[in-house]
Amino acid sequence: MASVITPADAMERGAVGRVARMPRGGIYGRRRRRLQVFRVIVLTLFAAFFIIPLYAMVAFSFQGSTPGTHTLSAWTSIISYPGLLGAIEITLELAVITSVVMLALLLPTMIWVRLRVPRLRRVIEFLCLLPLTIPAIVLVVGLAPIYRQIRIHISLSALMLFGVYVILALPYAYRSLASGLEAIDARTLAEAARSLGASWFTVIARVIVPNLWQAVLNATLLTVALVLGEFTIASLLLYTNMQVALYDISRASLNAGVLFATSSAALLFAFILLMILSYVGRRRERRRGAAA
Amino acid sequence: MMASPNGEVAGGRAGVEVRLEGLRRQYGSVVALDGFDLTMAPGELVALLGPSGCGKTTTLRLLAGLEDADGGRVVVGGDDITHVTANKRNMGMVFQAYSLFPHLTVQQNVAFGLRLRGVDKAEQQRRAIEMLELVGLSTQADRYSHQLSGGQQQRVALARALAINPQVLLLDEPLSALDAKVRAQLRDQIRRIQLEVGITTLFVTHDQEEALAIADRVGVMKDGRLEQLAPPTEVYARPATSFVAEFVGLTNRLDGDVRAGRVTVRGASLPLVDPATPDGRVIALVRPEAVTLAAHASEETGPLVGSVIAATFLGATTRITVDLGDATIMAQLGTAEAAAHPAGSRVSLAIREDPVLVAGASPAEAPGSGAAPSGE
Repeated sequence: MASVITPADAMERGAVGRVARMPRGGIYGRRRRRLQVFRVIVLTLFAAFFIIPLYAMVAFSFQGSTPGTHTLSAWTSIISYPGLLGAIEITLELAVITSVVMLALLLPTMIWVRLRVPRLRRVIEFLCLLPLTIPAIVLVVGLAPIYRQIRIHISLSALMLFGVYVILALPYAYRSLASGLEAIDARTLAEAARSLGASWFTVIARVIVPNLWQAVLNATLLTVALVLGEFTIASLLLYTNMQVALYDISRASLNAGVLFATSSAALLFAFILLMILSYVGRRRERRRGAAA
Repeated sequence: MMASPNGEVAGGRAGVEVRLEGLRRQYGSVVALDGFDLTMAPGELVALLGPSGCGKTTTLRLLAGLEDADGGRVVVGGDDITHVTANKRNMGMVFQAYSLFPHLTVQQNVAFGLRLRGVDKAEQQRRAIEMLELVGLSTQADRYSHQLSGGQQQRVALARALAINPQVLLLDEPLSALDAKVRAQLRDQIRRIQLEVGITTLFVTHDQEEALAIADRVGVMKDGRLEQLAPPTEVYARPATSFVAEFVGLTNRLDGDVRAGRVTVRGASLPLVDPATPDGRVIALVRPEAVTLAAHASEETGPLVGSVIAATFLGATTRITVDLGDATIMAQLGTAEAAAHPAGSRVSLAIREDPVLVAGASPAEAPGSGAAPSGE
């Protein structure tokens, strides 16, 4: 007959550790272990799904001319490949300009609507989410005449793409900022600041925006990611950004290593940016928590 | 003693007079305020009390400048500020919702208004600490709002509102989110500080106990108008209207008969609040405290004899509900006295000769209304 050890018995025998483990045994313990195994399998599968292609891409960028050899030539030739460095520069500048313009337009508008004209909230939401439903080709057809005029009268530079990129980034930025605004009682904070003597500009700049820091970072990150990966519109409007340059390289050259090296570099850049933004967010949280 | 940003002693500063004249505010077809008049004496604390939607918060927001009036005037210290924006009104406000700025420490929150006024840093710090000492939170100066309890947050909000040395202090149900014990403590603290600073204060609440405990005068509101504005004792003991009588405290609604300036209620002849009340049948509003045990309780029957059907322990007093057969009546007795009459026992009651307010017609003239306890 199996002996049953009660917690009291176990305590008497000094087997405190066993007492602590006891509730984990039996059917619940088995279920928990099975769940743990399931979690590990799912995570491993997902990790493999994402990591193997990335690993293959990075590994290929180091591939030498003969199998089994490795070289940095693809990475070093990024700099020397005609037009590629310029395209990367343009894309990075576009990312910065698009983020700044998007925030400058959207942030004050959303805060103002939330505080002063809440009845327009649904309208603004509809307008901001609209680009999600419009295919890129339709956007291009609509915007092509405008960009033709821009090319003739204003600039040839691909930096002019920021306008259409702001439109493309609107839905993502809107959702990020909207969830940030919903997380704070913006109206009460604004009224408290007003009663203390703050102008509307001060309310927005010194009370509301500092409390939307994480949402602003998220909106920026999504915008940057969108700009770094955008190909269709730039290509159809005959501008050359990084993605278009990569495509050109893949068509014009047999050196696929440069293509993979540049793609890896773009991905690395996005990762680094993500880490910087989340580090900044965490540091702010830590600083607030540390004051306890 | 407190000093203003420019060194002026705030504690010695007399409050200012506040006049709201014929204020009107309408939201679509809903009239929130309908010709609202209120004059607050310098240094006075007026509590606006009323049910939800009666217009009390609208009144406070119009005074703060957070909303625009459709008509009427707001005069503070003799100046017409009806069209002055909220940030230029110099009023301190504590909100019902927690309103501390989450990205700032307690001290930075308190100094926020001073910073906007260009007060130098050292003075900002000194003043913020002084205000935090006033509310007993100087040791929490470096904390953030999420590290404070609800009561502490409201105390910091009070310190922040007072730091700018406002002309008027506005309190919009600041205690409603707090638990009962903290609420009572903070209520007393607000009153102490208000008296110490001498600032004219408008306190909005739907809690009658809070209003009666804290205010110099209580304004009971209904449908955008003041029903009565009077000291708490008067509002309670001599309500101006049946609405006030029923909203403030518990009231028994009993059939009565007015004859020659007195009302007869279940055999007891009582004086009237308004002796000019015309003769006829009425509903008399009698406070449970005015209902006592009869001195000679030997009678088995009578208009005020009945069975105890419920007893509510309130601490020093106990409220018993007595079934009189054709009506129920509440009596508030000493707990020891009430303990001698448990549920089911027969009691003989009497009504003390306090002035009685009457409302409308009795059931005999207005079918459908009944004699029953009412109020909160």
